[in-house]
Amino acid sequence: MSDTDINVEDIDAAGADAAVAVADATTDHAEDHGHDDHGHEEHYTSLGLSNMKLAMWLFLGSECLLFGALISAYLLSKTRFIIELVAGNPNVLAGIRDGENESLVQEMIAEASVEPIFDIPFTSLSSFILLMSSLTMVLAHKSVSEGNYKNLRIWLATTMLLGATFMAGQVYEFTTFYREGLTYNGTVFGTAFYTLTGFHGAHVTGGLIMLGSLLFLSTRNKMQKDRAETVELVGLYWHFVDIVWVLIFTIVYLIP
Amino acid sequence: MAIIEEPLALPSGEGPEKASNPMGAFSRPRKPTGLKDWLTTVDHKKIGIMYGTAAMFFLLWGGVPALLLRLQLARPNQGLLSGDTYNQIFTMHGTVMIFLVVMPIGAAFANYLLPLQVGARDVAFPRINAFSFWVFLAGGLMLNTSWFLGGGADGGWFNYAPNNGITYSPGTGIDFWNIGLLIVGFGSLTGAVNLITTVLNMRAPGMGWMRMPIFVWMTLVTQFLLLFAIPVLTVAQLLLLFDRQFDGNFFNVAQGADPLLWQHLFWIFGHPEVYLMILPAFGVVSEVIPTFARKPIFGYPFMVFSGIAIGFMGWGVWAHHMFVSGIGPLSVTAFSVATMFIAVPTGVKILNWLATLWGGKLILNTAMLFAIGLVTQFTLGGVSGVTHAIAPSDTQQTDTYYIVAHFHYVLFGGALFGFFSGFYFWWPKVFGYKLNEKIGKWNFWSMVLGFNLTFGPMHILGLQGMPRRMQTYDVSQGFSTWNMVATIGSFILGFATLSILYNAVYSYNAWRRGGRRNVGADPWDARTIEWSIQSPTPEHNFDVTPTVTSLDDFWHRKYQENDNGVLRRVATGEDLAQPGERGNVHLPAPSYWPIFLAFSLPVIGYGLIYSLWLCIPGIALVMTAMYGWSLEPADDLDDDSHHGDHDDHATELAGV
Repeated sequence: MSDTDINVEDIDAAGADAAVAVADATTDHAEDHGHDDHGHEEHYTSLGLSNMKLAMWLFLGSECLLFGALISAYLLSKTRFIIELVAGNPNVLAGIRDGENESLVQEMIAEASVEPIFDIPFTSLSSFILLMSSLTMVLAHKSVSEGNYKNLRIWLATTMLLGATFMAGQVYEFTTFYREGLTYNGTVFGTAFYTLTGFHGAHVTGGLIMLGSLLFLSTRNKMQKDRAETVELVGLYWHFVDIVWVLIFTIVYLIP
Repeated sequence: MAIIEEPLALPSGEGPEKASNPMGAFSRPRKPTGLKDWLTTVDHKKIGIMYGTAAMFFLLWGGVPALLLRLQLARPNQGLLSGDTYNQIFTMHGTVMIFLVVMPIGAAFANYLLPLQVGARDVAFPRINAFSFWVFLAGGLMLNTSWFLGGGADGGWFNYAPNNGITYSPGTGIDFWNIGLLIVGFGSLTGAVNLITTVLNMRAPGMGWMRMPIFVWMTLVTQFLLLFAIPVLTVAQLLLLFDRQFDGNFFNVAQGADPLLWQHLFWIFGHPEVYLMILPAFGVVSEVIPTFARKPIFGYPFMVFSGIAIGFMGWGVWAHHMFVSGIGPLSVTAFSVATMFIAVPTGVKILNWLATLWGGKLILNTAMLFAIGLVTQFTLGGVSGVTHAIAPSDTQQTDTYYIVAHFHYVLFGGALFGFFSGFYFWWPKVFGYKLNEKIGKWNFWSMVLGFNLTFGPMHILGLQGMPRRMQTYDVSQGFSTWNMVATIGSFILGFATLSILYNAVYSYNAWRRGGRRNVGADPWDARTIEWSIQSPTPEHNFDVTPTVTSLDDFWHRKYQENDNGVLRRVATGEDLAQPGERGNVHLPAPSYWPIFLAFSLPVIGYGLIYSLWLCIPGIALVMTAMYGWSLEPADDLDDDSHHGDHDDHATELAGV
């Protein structure tokens, strides 16, 4: 419990902002100890943040670049797909000369049945469901911090249910699109669309497995207050996956 | 993925932990010895040694084929290697040297030294550390099995699209390259998370930002580059994987796709990559030069901030690899200027090393010679690098031997010379005896001679117009003389590089015959705190976690100013050294799971290449490993020392 002293001494060389951050973190910990006699022992760390949490943030930083590159690849592929459509059609070229290319391009895309197959209301609903699962995840973490294990299990199960509903929506959507002719290897657009959204789906599935593990451990009484941070870490990952979906939904579905 | 599953195993703290059930379904290995000890260890020092050993093996594995290339090019119109074999050898040479030699040697130094230099017991996550090493080895071995399964990759180390597609490369070589490097990438990523956490969070009391050794700073920048660069390469390789294995269209020109996407993604990774190869070597010589110039490093803050500046600017120069790809005049201008600008922080470093040497009482032993070798030869490579920044000039030089000369000067003359300096410098700390100085000097001078004979003439060949990656040339082209010189040089260089292995064996035997007397804690009268503990490093690192009061803390405890302001030695290193008594320090227990998980991944890799059915047992193995890992008891609860007094760091390490 003596970590607070060391932390304060240690900040002399750090910049002012960092110093404030460390001091805040230190105060938080001190308060935690004050309120909570049964909390797990805090260990001295230079930043006052647990190693696990720092590592999770670093990992999520790395994931940002992963999705950034995937989204870039999607945008480029979509642009190239449209250019290919336009260049491959003499009517469109004529349209460009007449200054009417805008509507013709739209028409071409409609003909190739790419964008119109998106069912925006349906995907909006499943996006809403996924975002709501972030709320239940927060409630799960709150429950375990308070030692309310029954509520922890309820909220974990609810989060899983909402996440699974989103995944079911994606499976349904993929099946429908495939039936309507958008195949994985038919066009550049198909490849890019399925890869980007599929990658996100894989991340959600990974999150579901983690949530399931937490739920299982909780039923065996092995997910107690002293491991509240584990729930928090899974929560961080889960929120990240949700935020990425907000980006993907906007870029893939909403922007024409 | 390991990281995602990992948090389930939390530190088994004292007190409340005992009330709830300790997590754990599997037992941990108990006090293993011999081979099993090495396979299950989570000790950062042993992992560092294994990284170094594996990298030296790959150095031979990638170096000997390079000599075959030089033999083929020794004289005009030779038919020693077929065009196809030649393509495979230069591709695999580049890939092996970059991903399996230079990067792992940097990781070896980082693993061994980082915890010691920040005053920690181990890295933040010892099991993940072991996983990083094993997954690097698993991926590296998988990549190289391509030699026995239909031939290696043949598109150059950057394997441009659409040449890497199934149409132009129907064999499995590219698949092995792709999936092997994906697996190696997992190791780099987990290693980066681990080492950054260690530096940010596990510094000894008093080790503020501006008291960290420069090696720690450079490694920190390197790991941040890895953290953000590796996922971009991962995406590029996944797109290629989907194209090749599942018939995707990302690089399919027939469908209107833009193969330039590959170049952009690859070089957004690829340029930070070159800095993350050289920065650890910069860190090494920044420790060696002050020690043997008997002066503090000149301009410590400038060294730190120039390293950080290189780290940031390294992200804004990737397109200088693509000046002839038709990226447009505005892009060319912007990247050209950015590339010239990045030479500034590098120049700051060179200046600071020279200023550290200036007026110092130089001790020209082998470690110091190699460090000066880096400063000299890297500068040559850096200057030819600036000529690439000038786009019109680069347009002439692209894909000629001038480029080959440039990057060998920065990566061999720079990075590897720096690492060799580090080998000679830290060898006594790692193994307890110094490498032989006489053989060391032969090693250095023959390497300098061989290196410059091999790669110096390539500047001329490149300017004469000899294209890289061509299997042969005609006598009428006038390339014969310098190619012969380069070939002779390459064999000198080959034997010179090998002589460090001879030196290791020779020095070990001399030490053994001399009664295994260790050199003591501080054989070089060095500056940083890793020299305040016994050599070889005790298993528990520090008896007592040091409290740091200044930059170069250990040196300031040895030397202090007297009343007249004259610097005087007040203590020897041996006086101050910790005796190496373990006491009640508790160390993290070894584990089977890192190696198990690492070698499960190639099963999925082979499955993707040969039969998707094989992926099912592969995924089953990976899932088993992840649950085994997560549910492993946090520690060996029967260990007696567990009930003794705890060091803060040790307790923290116990669970991870």
